[in-house]
Amino acid sequence: MELTGAEIVIRCLREERVDYVFGYPGGAVLHIYDALFQQDKVKHILVRHEQAAVHAADGYSRSSDKVGVALVTSGPGLTNAVTGIATAYMDSIPMVIISGQVPTGAIGEDAFQEVDAVGITRPCVKHNFLVKDVKDIAPTIKKAFYLARSGRPGPVLVDIPKDVSNHKTVFAYPESVSIRSYHPASNGDSGQIRLAAQMLLGAKRPMIYAGGGVVLSDASTQLTDLVRLLGFPCTNTLMGLGGFPASDKHFVGMLGMHGTYEANMAMQHCDVLVAIGARFDDRVIGNVEHFAEVPRKIIHIDIDPSSIAKRVKVDVPIVGELKLVLNELLDMLRSGKQTPDAATIAAWWKQVGEWRIKGGGLRYKNSSEVIKPQFVIEKLHEITGGDAFITSDVGQHQMWAAQYYKFDKPRRWINSGGLGTMGFGLPAAMGVQLVNPGATVACVTGEGSIQMNIQELSTCKQFRLPIKIISLNNGYLGMVRQWQELFLGNRYSETYMDALPDFVKLAEAYGHIGMRVEKPADVEAALKEAFARKHDLVFMDFKTDPTENVFPMVPGGKGLSEIILAEEL
Amino acid sequence: MRHIISLLMENESGALSRVAGLFSARGYNIESLTVAPTEDPTLSRMTIVTSGSDAVIEQINKQLNKLVDVAALMDLSDGEHLERELMLVKFNTASGNREELKRISDTFNGRVIDVSQHTCTIELTDTCAKLDSFLEAIDRDAILETVRTGASGIGRGDRILKL
Repeated sequence: MELTGAEIVIRCLREERVDYVFGYPGGAVLHIYDALFQQDKVKHILVRHEQAAVHAADGYSRSSDKVGVALVTSGPGLTNAVTGIATAYMDSIPMVIISGQVPTGAIGEDAFQEVDAVGITRPCVKHNFLVKDVKDIAPTIKKAFYLARSGRPGPVLVDIPKDVSNHKTVFAYPESVSIRSYHPASNGDSGQIRLAAQMLLGAKRPMIYAGGGVVLSDASTQLTDLVRLLGFPCTNTLMGLGGFPASDKHFVGMLGMHGTYEANMAMQHCDVLVAIGARFDDRVIGNVEHFAEVPRKIIHIDIDPSSIAKRVKVDVPIVGELKLVLNELLDMLRSGKQTPDAATIAAWWKQVGEWRIKGGGLRYKNSSEVIKPQFVIEKLHEITGGDAFITSDVGQHQMWAAQYYKFDKPRRWINSGGLGTMGFGLPAAMGVQLVNPGATVACVTGEGSIQMNIQELSTCKQFRLPIKIISLNNGYLGMVRQWQELFLGNRYSETYMDALPDFVKLAEAYGHIGMRVEKPADVEAALKEAFARKHDLVFMDFKTDPTENVFPMVPGGKGLSEIILAEEL
Repeated sequence: MRHIISLLMENESGALSRVAGLFSARGYNIESLTVAPTEDPTLSRMTIVTSGSDAVIEQINKQLNKLVDVAALMDLSDGEHLERELMLVKFNTASGNREELKRISDTFNGRVIDVSQHTCTIELTDTCAKLDSFLEAIDRDAILETVRTGASGIGRGDRILKL
């Protein structure tokens, strides 16, 4: 029996076991929406802006092991989606975006709602396709899912002209897929892994630095085993939080621009560094020249060869799937007779301990007058038992959430690390809640970020998503204000937001519960009350200290040991 | 250092823009780029002439390899290779310099492929450096136009780039 292209799209999604699609209808996807209407296997979540559709698919993917799917129309539908696509690309999130295109005959004629989707998304997708023949729809979608989830994951766009979605052909979903020009790495080179094992065993000041790759490849167990077997200090990047349990004694905290003093100092002064699924980016190691001043041996394990030796020189590159490489490394270490020299490692830990004391750990001066944002996050951790899915937007609140919510499990910390997209948190939380029904999901945000996608409160109402929004409202675009205070002579250019809405009334207008919390003494009770409401979305507007800054801080362009600590408290 | 990178890619629309876009997005130099289908019409062969430090060239190779459409890649400059570029130069011969042009052209193994009342067009095929030398040796004021294809490259002997 012949099916239309639109029906084939839906059948393909069923074959890929897609249960939710996030999208917004329009002219070029009319046929696809018609096909969606006539079945009930693939459920559609109607967002209020296409950017949110992609972020929701992204959160869905990050908090599960599934590929998120977004569906948007041509022209503005696609351009609205671009921020979401670029967000997913920077953080290597597996996702398939299906976009409608004007009919093939109209392509290139500046037709209504026409945009060169393949051209506009090319720099921010792993790959993209324009499907010109209905016969190609099924094989292309098969390839798209395969590309999205294999190797270094990433978003893949499939652009389908309106006429193609209405043409008919026989549907057959390919059982397997192979692309002759695409061969993602699997096992690492055993010789290199052996070299790494020897280097680790001989290290005097070792450091394990793990990034988002550990989370993406579900290699947390292997990483945890490795750290505990060797007894070395371990740090996580912003993207890697939860990849190693924060409550483990080997964890020295997050590193980088707002990392702990001990993590950054250990990173700078170690003699053997093993980077696992991390990419030495500017927010992590700061100034490259400064980083390179101290000689150290670097072992870099990553699925993507182009991540290796991109910013720093590497002594032992290992290209492969983290889980497989770490398993092989663990086997070698366990079967060998050698162990790290206990006295040497103890001396190194003593040094790390001294840094910890000097840095004073993560600290802030609490107040009984004004709510400190860090205090809210600490209480959030306490009340949710450290077991919630936490999404965040971008700015100071993001850093405080990363610092003070101690993540013990992978895929619980959902944030836009690479692109730094404000407006990510709420729509991402929608995806997280849908793929983890019944789980506690909180979105930590600020009054700036939340307004970038606040319309999604409407989507949350329609689909009864009981997300808890923790808005740390300090009346400023806080992170920019912090830079202006520290580096630009307190000239707060356009970072004060006048005429903020009444967020409580706003939440109520959308049909949710709003709460305003203004006193530190009320924080705990308010959080308890909000989280007790299992079936309601609660928008919590915390009036927080407008002058609070995020510390420690490695200023932009500086080296890791040039870190600024919190003022003497 | 100057590098000649040769690659085989899917002969699909958009594949060329993926390569060109990569170079501009990441700020890599691109001196020339040539592309045409091979004996297998589903594959195109591209020759890119670029320059950069060893680290940059390593990244260029890795980033090109990462493109899904790129099936195979060889940095020809890593070993023995041949390089050829085709150039067409049209000269103004109104001043009676035709014999002089012919003599220099012969020295560079050039061929006169067209002559009109006041012009002559010479074709040369050689390494890029040799073509540069020709342009330096010739009377530049007589040049009306120059067309160069950019280098094509191939490995010597057993150095073969094939799927």
